[in-house]
Amino acid sequence: MEILEISNLSLSINGSHILNNLSVKFEKGLVHAVVGPNGAGKTTLGFAVMGIEGYTEYTGDILYKGESLASMNIYERAKKGITLAWQEPARFEGLTVENFIKSSIKNKGRDVVEDALEKVGMNPDEYMLRAVDKGLSGGERKKIELASILAMETELVILDEPDSGIDVASLQNIFSAIKFLKSNGSTVILITHSLEVLKRAEHAFLLCHGTIIAEGSINKISKYFGGKCIPCDHKNIPEE
Amino acid sequence: MSVEELIKAAGIHEAVNDKNTGRLIINRDKVVDSNVIPGLVIDAKEIKDGVDINFILKENTIIENPVHLCFGVTDKEAIQKIIMNVDIRKNSKISLIAHCVFPNAVDVKHIMDAKVKIGKGSKYSYFERHIHNEEGGIVVIPKAYIDLEENSRFKTEFELLRGRVGTINIDYEITCGKASVMEMTTRINGRGNDYINIKESGNLVGERSRGVLTSKIAVRQNAKANIFNRMIATGDYARGHVDCKEIIQDNAVAKAIPIVEVRNPKARITHEASIGSVDSKQLQTLMSRGLSEDESVELIISGLLS
Ligand SMILES: Nc1ncnc2c1ncn2[C@@H]1O[C@H](COP(=O)(O)OP(=O)(O)O)[C@@H](O)[C@H]1O
Ligand SMILES: [Mg+2]
Repeated sequence: MEILEISNLSLSINGSHILNNLSVKFEKGLVHAVVGPNGAGKTTLGFAVMGIEGYTEYTGDILYKGESLASMNIYERAKKGITLAWQEPARFEGLTVENFIKSSIKNKGRDVVEDALEKVGMNPDEYMLRAVDKGLSGGERKKIELASILAMETELVILDEPDSGIDVASLQNIFSAIKFLKSNGSTVILITHSLEVLKRAEHAFLLCHGTIIAEGSINKISKYFGGKCIPCDHKNIPEE
Repeated sequence: MSVEELIKAAGIHEAVNDKNTGRLIINRDKVVDSNVIPGLVIDAKEIKDGVDINFILKENTIIENPVHLCFGVTDKEAIQKIIMNVDIRKNSKISLIAHCVFPNAVDVKHIMDAKVKIGKGSKYSYFERHIHNEEGGIVVIPKAYIDLEENSRFKTEFELLRGRVGTINIDYEITCGKASVMEMTTRINGRGNDYINIKESGNLVGERSRGVLTSKIAVRQNAKANIFNRMIATGDYARGHVDCKEIIQDNAVAKAIPIVEVRNPKARITHEASIGSVDSKQLQTLMSRGLSEDESVELIISGLLS
């Protein structure tokens, strides 16, 4: 059963076509990857699903559990069960890690926050009271954002380049967090151009020039990374 | 009983019950309670509409527990004028927490006129917390001139987050001697027709003196804030930083006029300012975690002002 169905999605910004008649379905409970070169439109696709400012004027439709998201703002989409982790997480001056993560879980307690931090390999004693601002590295903020999403326990999780800025040692924490999301029943969309991240998915899509040009097993889509792309209208269709 | 009311409004029961914690509680123009501890000399004289205080910390005195000052007014209408002469003699250390509480104020003017001298090698920290009511009828005019001698450290924070601001007009000037360090932070949350005017000046005169002026202001509804921060470096290797963050909502207006002036090629001052609405990436991140727009704004502002 699909949880998210996108049909004929086209999105232009300042006259340039970013997404072109894109259609794709995401299965409930699966870990998906959307791969493609820089500038293909991966982030734009994620933003359109989340309803980020500047990415809501599109044609075509985005259905979440059969319901169109078109008229919903970010908050309403989050209430329905969608969330997104940014490639570059925001900085929140003065806001503590504890209060940041707590905000996403409303009435749950401190132990949920600690547990989420541990899941991404961060020591709660060391981080809880620090602010989510420039005192933390980009990689640390990325893990904290992921922790807030783990704590949230929501249905559809979009992770934009989850490995960017993450050191080799912490990469395993990111991967185990993806596993946790899966085991918890969440549907995951990994936006990535990394083969390592692609390998964590169960099903993959290749996005090129704003449209999905191939989908299938990880094996099939990973050929794209082997430089086996052949010339095509989209410049980048992988060999079968 | 006014003492009880002030202690309650300031939330300082614990400090008041501890014999080893110094304190001075003033209601309008009367000293209503005090506890002077060894090394400290407090001479408070009642004057017309206020109190004139000589505050001396003797040489080589380290006071561990923060000393509590309470400048309160329990009346609805009053003028309170506090004159403070602070003399921290050399190689000493103290921290003061000043509670400014006006629980019943409808029309109250609180004027503070302070001269502070921090002696060689001493450390002084002063935290002033205002707790106002919802009337908006308070006018606060704090003025301070601070002089830092060699190797001294000075840290001050002014906080007005609870209740309506009313009108506030801060005017602080500080001169930093050789290798001294100062940090001045102001955090204010304004709404209604609150009016916030802040003028802070740092003079980095001494060689290797350092200073940071930080203002964090949130204004909403019809509130107005003007921040005039000025830092001047004349000493060799003096280092300064001016940081101003203001978040505005609704019809509020915020202005920042920073002046950084360096008169010595070996000195350096940096400056950072941001004024405007809540950052959209922060806002959208929180909304994507299931917070409404209003809840998100509240959380972002509470972080900034914390
Ligand atoms: N807000 C925007 N304004 C202008 N161009 C944009 C904007 N967002 C994305 N684009 C453009 O759309 C294309 C796809 O961007 P993006 O979705 O970020 O790609 P990817 O994530 O696949 O690297 C790029 O050419 C990018 O410059
Ligand atoms: Mg991207």
